[in-house]
Amino acid sequence: MPEWLIEFPSAIQLNIKDAIDNFVHYLVVNWEPFFDGVTKVLRSFLSQIGYVVEIIPWWLLIVLVFLLTWKVGRKLSRALLYSALLFSIGAMGLWSLMNTTLTIVIASVIISILIGFPLGILVSSSNRSNVIMRPILDTMQTMPSFVYLIPAVMLLGLGNVPAVIATTIYAIPPMIRLTSHGIRQVDNEVVEAARAFGSTRWQSLIKVQIPQALPTIMAGVNQTIMMAISMVVTCSMIGATGLGQEVLISINRLETGRGFSAGISIVIIAIIIDRLTQGIVKKGEETNEQ
Amino acid sequence: MNNKDIILKIESLSKLYGVNKSAAFNMLGKGMGKNQVAKESGVTVAVNNISFEVERGKIFVLIGLSGSGKSTVIRCLNLLQPPTSGDILFEGKSILGFNKKELLDFRRRKISMVFQNFGLMAHRNVLDNVAYGLEIRGANRAERQSRAMEMIKLVGLEGWEGKNISQLSGGMRQRVGIARALANDPDVLLMDEPFSALDPLVRRDMQFELLSIQKKLNKTVVFITHDINEAFKLGNTVAIMKDGEIIQIDTPEGMTSNPANDYVENFINSADKAQIYSVKHIMQTPSCLIHSRDGANYALKQMRDQGVSSAYVVDDNLEFVGILTLDNAVKVKAGKTAFLDAITRNTPTTTEDVLISDLLPVAAAAQFPIAVTDADHHLTGIVTKASVLSSLV
Repeated sequence: MPEWLIEFPSAIQLNIKDAIDNFVHYLVVNWEPFFDGVTKVLRSFLSQIGYVVEIIPWWLLIVLVFLLTWKVGRKLSRALLYSALLFSIGAMGLWSLMNTTLTIVIASVIISILIGFPLGILVSSSNRSNVIMRPILDTMQTMPSFVYLIPAVMLLGLGNVPAVIATTIYAIPPMIRLTSHGIRQVDNEVVEAARAFGSTRWQSLIKVQIPQALPTIMAGVNQTIMMAISMVVTCSMIGATGLGQEVLISINRLETGRGFSAGISIVIIAIIIDRLTQGIVKKGEETNEQ
Repeated sequence: MNNKDIILKIESLSKLYGVNKSAAFNMLGKGMGKNQVAKESGVTVAVNNISFEVERGKIFVLIGLSGSGKSTVIRCLNLLQPPTSGDILFEGKSILGFNKKELLDFRRRKISMVFQNFGLMAHRNVLDNVAYGLEIRGANRAERQSRAMEMIKLVGLEGWEGKNISQLSGGMRQRVGIARALANDPDVLLMDEPFSALDPLVRRDMQFELLSIQKKLNKTVVFITHDINEAFKLGNTVAIMKDGEIIQIDTPEGMTSNPANDYVENFINSADKAQIYSVKHIMQTPSCLIHSRDGANYALKQMRDQGVSSAYVVDDNLEFVGILTLDNAVKVKAGKTAFLDAITRNTPTTTEDVLISDLLPVAAAAQFPIAVTDADHHLTGIVTKASVLSSLV
């Protein structure tokens, strides 16, 4: 039996490594002013969000979480539990690291929504853009998240700014998908009614389709937030500060307790935000039910 | 007779779905039927060359069974569906020639629609639903609220204006639908089976209410239904549709005394629905279907899960084999007989196009629900005695 039937023939070579490297290199060399500008804008955006997050005193945040949980679920025990969990992050000495992490997550989520929501509407309204977007979104969601770190570092350097970019790329697909899905699944008769009364496309989008799709869109926001939080540790490898960095340091130094404290804090944040946003989604679904 | 005030005139309207429309038109021109055209060109003929006139201030009813094309016709009248060919004249002017702005204006001021499943916006309360059309055309808040309240009073929903749609019963929801359609003060009201989703008592009330509203406001109504009693109760003029074509247009009296053909006569003679409905209108999917290779244990489990005492057996090609009764399945399990021998074969079968009246003698003698098969003997559904009887009532 010839050897090429057993071993993959080494003569066949598809070199996409060089092509991608060259492309990134080209961007680094020729687009430097552009990426510098992006970095600057993002940095000031981040510092403004950081400012808002820092300005809220610890006790106010705990009270806010208590009130919100109460408002969403009307369960006193749950409101107390979440407040206590949040308090424990402070008690572990991780409050200011949590603020840093929250800043990165919030910035990424805001950018994801600002870009993902209009894209989702576009995808819902035309089959062609749907066909184009679907493989891109699939790739973005299945690509190992570490891969995004490399170009982010090359183009934007180390620190929280490339972390925000990498997190946004990773977290944006559910926002686009669920916005589009939500708008497509609005009852056809309701959309017909909007048209029959002489709505322009814009009017039926703003006044009927988006409000009807809101619970699904909020589910997209919820998933985007969760994915952003799951990138926290990964992004610490490119110099993002906060709880993720704490985990990374404890891995390097084999400090199990320190690692778990930071890890548990991330879990607590994720649980609280998840339950709060899901509660809002559920409330929206109840009013939308026919 | 010549000084009739015609508000809507529909001229040889056709609506085809599919790619090869011109070939399909040729085939229709040669007098081929809808099914044959669909088979040869892949084009579905929803509406085939229909013409009618609607007189101002009158109720025009289009009646037909499901799939007869009546919903497509009504959606052509406000161009929710653009017709493939033909013309629609509103007050003598073709609406097909409207530009974007004229079309929006036409929909905002001249014509509005009521939907079968109401088409209400669940995120808005009753008042904001009724005011939707006014909001869209840019009326200010005070104007649309007072106008919407007027309509809410007209349909008898005063006191409910602040409620959510989910808090309303079906009848109330359709009142909201009617109020919303009337709020624009349109000339023509399109109603697509508006009362079909309501239970019979509520439906009767709503029919009465529609008549009294129509008398009060003197609107032109194009009304769609599949219920001949509803059609005759409401319609000044009734058109019967079948397979995308209008068979007869007449007043209820004229149609009763002088039906165009047997189909119309049977339709009118509602005591004899068995002459109009065929098996395909009443058949259901069998709740318990097993393969001949499945065996008795699986059949027993299926019957237990579905709560029935017989299962329909098909072979690998989905061809109908016979019926396995609960008793026989138990015998197989006890080892008294072989599975394939336990199946009752030669049970009566029927096909989709058989009229109920022709099925009656078979149904009367049948022990089990009758299996419906297609030309290749594939099982497509079953007809129970109960559904045969209820179709006659």
